[in-house]
Amino acid sequence: MDRVFRVCCPAVVAETSTQNARTRRFRFNWVDSFLWFIRISAIIAIVVGLTGTIQNFLDGQGPTVEQWRDLFVSSISTGAMYGLVALGYSMVYGVLGFINFAHGEVFMSGIMVGWIAAMLLFENGLWDANPFISLAIVLLVAMFTSTLIAVLTEKIAYRPLRGSPRLIPLITSIGVSFFLQYAFAGLFGVGLQTYPAPPGILSEDINVFGVPIEGTKLLVIAVAILAMVALWYFVTKTKTGRAMRAVAEDKEIAGLMGINVDRTIVTTFAVGGAMAGVGGLLWALLFRNVQFITGFLPGIKAFTAAVLGGIGNLPGAMLGGVFLGLFEGMGPLLVLDGLGIPAVSQLKDAVAFSALILVLIFRPTGLLGERLGSEDRA
Amino acid sequence: MIDMRRTFRFGLLAGGAMAFLGGIGMIESFNERTLIDPILRMGDLFLYGTLFVIAYIAARGEINILEEPDYRAAETTATGAAVGFVATMVTVVYALLITAVDVVEFFPNMDEAMVESLTFEQGAPIGLALLGLASVIVGAVGGWLVSTADGLKQSISKVVGWVLGFALLEVVVTDIVESRDVSRLIYSPNGGLRLWSVAVIAVLVVYLSRRYSGRLTSFAAEVSNADSKSRLRRGVIAFLVFAAIVLPMLLGGILNELMINVSLFVLMGLGLNIVVGLAGLLDLGYVAFFAVGAYGTAVLTSPLSPTFSPQLNWWVALPIVFVLAAIAGLLVGTPVIRMRGDYLAIVTLGFGEIVRILLLSDWLTPLFGGSQGIRRIPGVDVPFLGEVGGTRPEFFVYLTLIFVLIAGYISYRAQNSRIGRAWAAMREDEDVAEAIGISTVSAKLLAFVTGAIIASFAGALFSAKVGAVFTNSFDVLVSIIILVVVIVGGMGSISGVIVGAFVLIGVLGGPKSPGLLAEFAEFKLLFYGAILVFMMLKRPEGLLPSVRRSRELHQDEMSQDAWLEKGGDFTADDAEGATT
Repeated sequence: MDRVFRVCCPAVVAETSTQNARTRRFRFNWVDSFLWFIRISAIIAIVVGLTGTIQNFLDGQGPTVEQWRDLFVSSISTGAMYGLVALGYSMVYGVLGFINFAHGEVFMSGIMVGWIAAMLLFENGLWDANPFISLAIVLLVAMFTSTLIAVLTEKIAYRPLRGSPRLIPLITSIGVSFFLQYAFAGLFGVGLQTYPAPPGILSEDINVFGVPIEGTKLLVIAVAILAMVALWYFVTKTKTGRAMRAVAEDKEIAGLMGINVDRTIVTTFAVGGAMAGVGGLLWALLFRNVQFITGFLPGIKAFTAAVLGGIGNLPGAMLGGVFLGLFEGMGPLLVLDGLGIPAVSQLKDAVAFSALILVLIFRPTGLLGERLGSEDRA
Repeated sequence: MIDMRRTFRFGLLAGGAMAFLGGIGMIESFNERTLIDPILRMGDLFLYGTLFVIAYIAARGEINILEEPDYRAAETTATGAAVGFVATMVTVVYALLITAVDVVEFFPNMDEAMVESLTFEQGAPIGLALLGLASVIVGAVGGWLVSTADGLKQSISKVVGWVLGFALLEVVVTDIVESRDVSRLIYSPNGGLRLWSVAVIAVLVVYLSRRYSGRLTSFAAEVSNADSKSRLRRGVIAFLVFAAIVLPMLLGGILNELMINVSLFVLMGLGLNIVVGLAGLLDLGYVAFFAVGAYGTAVLTSPLSPTFSPQLNWWVALPIVFVLAAIAGLLVGTPVIRMRGDYLAIVTLGFGEIVRILLLSDWLTPLFGGSQGIRRIPGVDVPFLGEVGGTRPEFFVYLTLIFVLIAGYISYRAQNSRIGRAWAAMREDEDVAEAIGISTVSAKLLAFVTGAIIASFAGALFSAKVGAVFTNSFDVLVSIIILVVVIVGGMGSISGVIVGAFVLIGVLGGPKSPGLLAEFAEFKLLFYGAILVFMMLKRPEGLLPSVRRSRELHQDEMSQDAWLEKGGDFTADDAEGATT
């Protein structure tokens, strides 16, 4: 109790210099020991939960092997989608050093407008006749919309704020996020819009090395990998990509080297938006419905994924997405169920956020560490 | 010479904005409210108001001081009219497209009814012509206003401001007058001002402002320049306190209800102001502390609390709730102590969501009632008055005002104390603050704890007022809205928070409660977003900024050419524009 009091009461802290030195030692010990307490109790909880689940499994209770496998596959495909959205956060953070809260809405806009395209295709019968061409059209529409919204927000809201104190663009992006959400709510109505059912081929299981995987999920994972490879090629091999990395490293010097910084930043937003658009198609394949608030939670989770992988680091964002997908998909059943907590699937989002907090406590630089734009934060 | 391309672009912008307002259904639903009986409806006000503002900005860019005044006026008017014309073209094409192609399946608001509302319910050819005529006239007036003399411009904006104020706040005026017969004199039975009362208001405003404007502005300047200890300043504060004491007696039930909502947000705003405004820690999960206060009170006082139900008196529960909130503050504060800026924001947001999800989950339902919530929370026992709860808003207002006073006093004293200066130093540069011997760890924790306790005031009052707590009162939205209140009012400024809460919660409405303009319900979050972006772009220090904060921000501006031209030319007109 005494320590708590000292921490809370600066009058005591600042009394004399000797006492100051002593209380300082106290204080750091207190915070550090609290953090250690969190770390240790997290590890204990995970270990106990895991043993509980394994015990259950050996007793023949809980999910079967097949169910675990399906859960694993669907977690990875959800994670791949998070990863694609996370790329946008990571790139913008790397270049401008702020969290673009509105990126979740960029993602949502792609799904929303893609829905129109999907419905039109469905009404014309193209959706069932030529499934892959239809999906490609929806993908293009979603990518175009997301890119457009991302570039517009950059031009209208973020560009005038360049160089202002760090919190200002963050707060602006919260405003943009709300504006976009409720603009879409006004335009499309507040109800849930449902995509037409995916073509028959996709709902069948496909054998991959002897393991049956649902077609949709396989497609999601394949598209995510393709998009990631394309982005990787773009960032590392092309001239624009090199310019982007240079701007992330140092805007002024990049400008002196003859790089058009403004255009590079717009490109960053555009590429991030396009990736969110791809993510949007994957969302549509996985969950099939969309609403104006669809972007909010996946947006925050995608940011979590970006932090998990090490923000500013592109492969990290993808990896972080997959890990986050696994955490929130498997974590509740794997750990919390073993602890004897009822109805664990309700706690999915809480697990995702706890993962964020624990990552920042355990390893603030993320899984792969920071490579681009190492801002002060830890 | 008029820059045709620029004018055309502005016209497209205005047309796009008008189409957008129609497309989200705003015009249609706002048109149900009449502002001035036969001639002006609220939807039209927003539709043509947007056009007016854009035409004004377009014309302002055309102004050239080297030219003759007459020519200048003609030029700006022509620019405005051209903007109006282009905007009409866009809107007409849009309306025709909607009539021709059926898009209701995708955009539920883009139907015949919307076209009707755009065209004054006159159908295609006549209505569209009317729309065009109105747009060109509004645009031309907007353009013409740019080149008028300042005095005339001021008079016009004052008259418009007061007339719109009376028209929009019809509910308040009727509620204060408390007699339909008297209010019928001003307002027509269909709602909205009568034409002749508009004339009376206009004449009165012009006359009074001519007569007293000099004195009023000099008085306002004197008050704002007076230092905090002077008699004048104290007099103003005493007057405000007096007004706060008398006002609830004059107001009717609805307005007192609204006052309670506003006060709760003032409370939370004051608490968040300590965390964000003074200490510079962006907390997006602030609602978690509000939830701790509300659920703590509910569990301790309600007889229906599922497992643990001591049924304490509200006043006995209060200190326990404070302790719980302080512990919550420490629990959230400690893990994030080493994080900065954006990371802090996202982690606190995560904490807020975790709290809500846990309260809702089956796991903790035995303790907090899950989605059923906790009902039958008793009101507050007040000597001589008995139990004061949400059913007696005229007394409950005083209770909230007392807590607002306490929170205001805490913030005021903290601001200028040793810890307040430590917060300011930490906000500006954490490393330097650490280097000059400020313990940033304890300063941060203290900010979190103080903020948490003030939020728990609001939580305890909220649960006693509503009589039940449900998890949906505590989602992220609330945190964001409190943040908007603090930012719009002015970060770090106590009076700013109060003004922000009145303007936003009082007029637009809170996350779950309607404000004075109940029509906004559907669109208020759109407005919140737009206001937040606008404030950050144009006036990041808020409506009533704290001196230190605005200096900090302007120092940064000096290096930015884009902001230099704006350079703080914020006038009373703008403030009025924001309140009406």
